[in-house]
Amino acid sequence: MNSPFLLIIALALKEFLALLRDKSSRFVLIGPPIAQLLVFGYAASYDLDNISVAIYNEDRGIASRELVGRIEGSPNINVLYRIQKESEIAGLIDNRDVLLVMHIDSEFSATIAKGESATVQLLLDGRNSNTAMIALNYLRDIILQLNRQWSDQKQARGPPAIIEARAWYNENLHSQWFIVTGIVGLLTLVVTLIVTALSVAREREQGTFDQLLVTPVHPVFILIGKALPGLLIGLIEGGVIITLAVGWFDIPLRGSFVALYLGLFLFLLSAVGIGLMISAICITQQQAVLGAFLFLVPAVILSGFATPIANMPDVVQLLTWIDPLKYFLVIIRSVFMEGGDLGLLWPQFWPMAIIAALSLAMAGWLFKHRMY
Amino acid sequence: MIFPVEVSQISKAFQAGEVQVQALDQVSFKLMPGQVTGLIGPDGAGKTTLMRLLCGLLSIDEGEITVLGLDAAKQPESVQSRVSYMPQRFGLYEDLTAQENLDLYADLKGLAVEDRLERYKTLMHLTGLSPFTKRLAGKLSGGMKQKLGLACALVVPPELLLLDEPTVGVDPVSRRELWQIVYNQVEQAGMTVLLSTAYLDEAERCAEVILLHEGKVINHAPPKHFSEPLQGRTWLFESDQLTPRQLQLKLSLLSGVIDALIANQGVRVVSESTEIESILTAVDPAIKLQIKAVQPIFEDAFISLLKKRDDHSVNYSGSHQLSKSVSSAEEVIKVEKLERRFGDFIAVNDVSFSVKRGEIFGLLGANGAGKSTTFRMLCGLLPLSSGQLSVAGVDLRHASDKARQKIGYMAQKFSLYGNLTVIQNLHFYASCYGLFKKRKQEQVEWALEAFELSDYRDSNAKDLPLGYKQRLSFAVALMHEPEILFLDEPTSGVDPLARREFWARTNALAESGVTVLVTTHFMDEANYCDRLIIMASGQVLAQGTPLQLKQLAQKEAQPLPTMEEAFIYLIEQQTDQSA
Repeated sequence: MNSPFLLIIALALKEFLALLRDKSSRFVLIGPPIAQLLVFGYAASYDLDNISVAIYNEDRGIASRELVGRIEGSPNINVLYRIQKESEIAGLIDNRDVLLVMHIDSEFSATIAKGESATVQLLLDGRNSNTAMIALNYLRDIILQLNRQWSDQKQARGPPAIIEARAWYNENLHSQWFIVTGIVGLLTLVVTLIVTALSVAREREQGTFDQLLVTPVHPVFILIGKALPGLLIGLIEGGVIITLAVGWFDIPLRGSFVALYLGLFLFLLSAVGIGLMISAICITQQQAVLGAFLFLVPAVILSGFATPIANMPDVVQLLTWIDPLKYFLVIIRSVFMEGGDLGLLWPQFWPMAIIAALSLAMAGWLFKHRMY
Repeated sequence: MIFPVEVSQISKAFQAGEVQVQALDQVSFKLMPGQVTGLIGPDGAGKTTLMRLLCGLLSIDEGEITVLGLDAAKQPESVQSRVSYMPQRFGLYEDLTAQENLDLYADLKGLAVEDRLERYKTLMHLTGLSPFTKRLAGKLSGGMKQKLGLACALVVPPELLLLDEPTVGVDPVSRRELWQIVYNQVEQAGMTVLLSTAYLDEAERCAEVILLHEGKVINHAPPKHFSEPLQGRTWLFESDQLTPRQLQLKLSLLSGVIDALIANQGVRVVSESTEIESILTAVDPAIKLQIKAVQPIFEDAFISLLKKRDDHSVNYSGSHQLSKSVSSAEEVIKVEKLERRFGDFIAVNDVSFSVKRGEIFGLLGANGAGKSTTFRMLCGLLPLSSGQLSVAGVDLRHASDKARQKIGYMAQKFSLYGNLTVIQNLHFYASCYGLFKKRKQEQVEWALEAFELSDYRDSNAKDLPLGYKQRLSFAVALMHEPEILFLDEPTSGVDPLARREFWARTNALAESGVTVLVTTHFMDEANYCDRLIIMASGQVLAQGTPLQLKQLAQKEAQPLPTMEEAFIYLIEQQTDQSA
């Protein structure tokens, strides 16, 4: 082969043409990523701004009125019902009319006036534990503030210690910052993996793979020709989403752009390797799609995209080491919010490079040994 | 008289990409009751469309169809309950047994339970499937599947039976049996049958033939009427100095010759007039020819009718710019005790043969005989289970990439990139074969010109008419001027005109020293091969020149057996041995 360079260009060009001249695969590259970006960007949020609450107040005193007033004044809370009987509580929570019911007993104001500690009862709908915990935190905050105000008024000594929380990197704790940066990794992974996983299976289905294998082209060149389009599409798609994250969602990009793109490159390289491995094993496109999702779902869960890795059992934490998305999410969140650079992120780069090298080598081996 | 089918002035068009294809154009005919009518025409002539219209599966653009007195467009359900349609790929459930398939169709067609036993018995007896009722349909041979399909279509005796290419790719023995079943139904039950076929020799088995071409009815008459005008215009040429291939090449270029086809040891010629002298004077006087007048057959009529319509005669010789010293003793392909198993199933069993340089070597057999599996092993696409093979001195599976430069491969199924244009496909494969820049331009131009693809250069490959798809695949296989050509069922599904064109090219290639290995299920194509093997269920039944193989079946009753008769003889021999 005298012109390997021209050959690789011809192979990659063919992949692009086969992909882009087909209406449905063109759509797959553009439609779903944009839809997912919007859905995740807007719909997926850990912030609760509309906690529905019912208040069961048996007390007529000043303290209880002040507490209720504060709750009603909170922008995140919506007091829907004031109930008179204890029997009403169960129905409201069972029907998901309210997320929580606050019960203030008749002795509340009197106990506070005596300078003693009084109790407020909160009944939460625990069916969605995550939401319940967040709602509980909001109410805890309100009661904490009220406590402090009362102790100031009585010139009594305040509580022994006061927490003063300040969130670094994401000052207002926008969960959108966390989620949209994660989407960059998620979407580029999905697109790259599908494009590469389907490419060989599609050729096997149409019989073109045989025609290609009887040419003098070395399998390694076929592999490179198949890897390039996935990599390029991933890089472009990643660039578009990063631009939208900065321009549309107003997320500050504080760190090194070079580090971000080097990370994206290594990340996509490992995605391409895994995609090609799936491709080498699968005979039909249907198998390839199933194979891709068999990898995608655990990869997303183990990556810390939504739930912290630290919460996982030790054995599962070991598994996250081979998940390239885990490293890339650290990189992108660090570059965006923390201002990360090459030096800081070095520990994330080399594991991805190893995963990429191993998966590509494995894909090459599978190609050679599964050519029928 | 009441006709079971009356079709008047029907038209049907399809949208294929951006092109409107007129599948049927002002077609009118009437079917006679109680006989077999053949529907014959090249691929894409509109045969399948017509069948689907008749049983109300498609809507008509214009015209009227009356089937058994019913309007097929307005009462498709009533029509379907009285008509049986067996499509090209009959919907057998491969994971059900033969019996379960029959039960299913009996349920679908509403056959009363008490009548079933009797009907099953008749059908199983007719098809010879009684020993296989418990076998999964997917595990039946190609011929048996077709017979089971036919049995399912006949489970409730229909008044009209529509069969769409029931015999394509089926071995000659099963073909003969399928015809017997059809004849039996016509005679016993007075059924009316419309049968489409790609085998022209089957036309002569029909009472009447409708010849369809580009959506139009060209002729509708008993088969004898087709060949009558050719009386006195068909000849057999023989020569001791030239091989049949060389003789055919010479004769096909002469003016006044409509068709020249290799047959037995000579060349069958259809001339434009009963005058043969003008042709003879054009032949080099140094060549001694023996000429015999022969009876015209349906195929002669078919070719002479259609060739006039799209008249293009191209000189294919010299299309390949190969100039290699031909040393014919050299064995280019060697295969010894080749075996391939898939689990318990032995697809190829103890196959040995060798091919010399410049030979056309054929692998003849029905679908599922193991031809393609052998081919894929030879091309290095499939590992062998045991045995040895070498192509150009190496095993392509482990050979360097350079060895593959020497071979050209044309797969059975169209296997180029469907959503790339013709020119993009050509450019891509040229690059794969290491042709770049000027050389690439030259070869791509050559391919466009030699295969008359220029008009389609910017069409998507998947939208090409079948004949052009085949040309494009052939062009791709030839662009790098290979020494060895692997052609897997290159003529399957292609009409007789395109088949002739294909063989003319292949012959020219072989004459210039290219070794050709070709598989086919058309028995008559064996005549083009220098030597061939006949395969059935993974084994080689016989090996030799076409003449040697045909002589195997020679006996007093058939002094000049055809390749099909030879094949049937060999299959019967094998069954006798194993019994």
